[in-house]
Amino acid sequence: MLTKRIIPCLDIKNGRTVKGVNFVDLRDAGDPVELAKQYAEVGADELVFLDIAATLEGRGTTLDMVLRVAEQVNIPFTVGGGISSVEHVDALLQCGADKVSVNSSAVKRPELVNELADKFGSQCVVVAIDAKQIDGHWKVHLAGGSIPTDIDLFEWAKEVEQRGAGEILFTSMDHDGTKAGFANKALAKLSAQLNIPIIASGGAGNVQHFIDTFKEGKSDAALAASVFHFGEIPIPELKKELEAHNIEVRI
Amino acid sequence: MKKEINKSLNAPPSGAGGLIIIDYGAGNIKSIQFAFKRLGVEAILSKDPEEIKSADKLIFPGVGEASSAMKMLRESGLDTLIPNLKQPVLGICLGMQLMCNTTEEGNTKGLGIFDTDVVRFANDVKVPQMGWNVIKDLKSNLFKGIKENEYMYLVHSYYAKHCKATVATTDYGVNYASALQQDNFYGVQFHPEKSSTAGARILENFLAL
Repeated sequence: MLTKRIIPCLDIKNGRTVKGVNFVDLRDAGDPVELAKQYAEVGADELVFLDIAATLEGRGTTLDMVLRVAEQVNIPFTVGGGISSVEHVDALLQCGADKVSVNSSAVKRPELVNELADKFGSQCVVVAIDAKQIDGHWKVHLAGGSIPTDIDLFEWAKEVEQRGAGEILFTSMDHDGTKAGFANKALAKLSAQLNIPIIASGGAGNVQHFIDTFKEGKSDAALAASVFHFGEIPIPELKKELEAHNIEVRI
Repeated sequence: MKKEINKSLNAPPSGAGGLIIIDYGAGNIKSIQFAFKRLGVEAILSKDPEEIKSADKLIFPGVGEASSAMKMLRESGLDTLIPNLKQPVLGICLGMQLMCNTTEEGNTKGLGIFDTDVVRFANDVKVPQMGWNVIKDLKSNLFKGIKENEYMYLVHSYYAKHCKATVATTDYGVNYASALQQDNFYGVQFHPEKSSTAGARILENFLAL
């Protein structure tokens, strides 16, 4: 059976991890490569690198980081942040990234999703969607969740699926940073309406939240940052708990 | 043993012999090259027919869409060269699919090495299948030291139907051939280069053939 995936997300700036990372046995906690290797060893199924600065000047540094990750890490990884052109994606894939994620750039120019799927295949196109509820309706937000739009989350997700997205990374801005659980109702609705995998993001605080998002949220994968980086939830223990709750995981 | 493998596969300066990744413009070759590098073996990229013919072992990669990949193979003449190769050839992902008779993706005629067809997953499962699934019913020396139900990383929307060349199976809505072997030709639907230590072992087994 296809397993549910556990995905640590690393925020990157100028080729270095930025969010506080508290791994005792790392020589250099700011080195994304070393952190990635560590995660691969403890059983992470995939990794996401989010370039939070994503400036044009910093692009070369990020490419260099991608190359070093691909060289040393033996699990798949996605790169996101500030990606808006076919050429940029080409460069990232050439350096060994398995997938790229696009967000605001796809909202501004939806054809980008078609272009990427046609040229590189749907399997490497992740569309990240940040949304929060406004008057009970899930609305897509841009620029890391700071700019609201009038676009409906479910309509947008359906549209990018039709345009060739291979996967949706849905972050609930209402849940992100709360450590109170994932947006399972919205996730379950996405999963029911779409036929591509859905990654849950935003709200992970404890093991039960992961159990809930796989069972109630019907998520295919769950992404989190701080609970992994600070060792609050060790991945091997998380996976054992998931298995004990009859959730198929790779151990 | 690793040392011997390295010795026999390190390409001489001429570029002849060694391990070659067939470079016809199809996708993420870097990851495969790096996976071999982690095993201490240099894999050379080449699209040159003479170099390919003289390689000790060959990787036939492929990511992307089937009909455009086949078009690139035809344009370079590799479509007639590959089926006649005598040394071990390992097709990965789309590479494996293109080694079959036909694929539904873009209604494409393949290389006809494996006597089977590639079809799309039905809509009762999410497509693409993306993530880690198990391989079982293992029947090839490619899987020496690999236990039944070992996890491999897969990303694909189309699958190869069973045939007499099936040497591993996987369940995803249907039970399908996740690895094929016919004489010197090997094909895996999963990505050994991205499948942690078990995937590395399979690449090592291929080098030891």
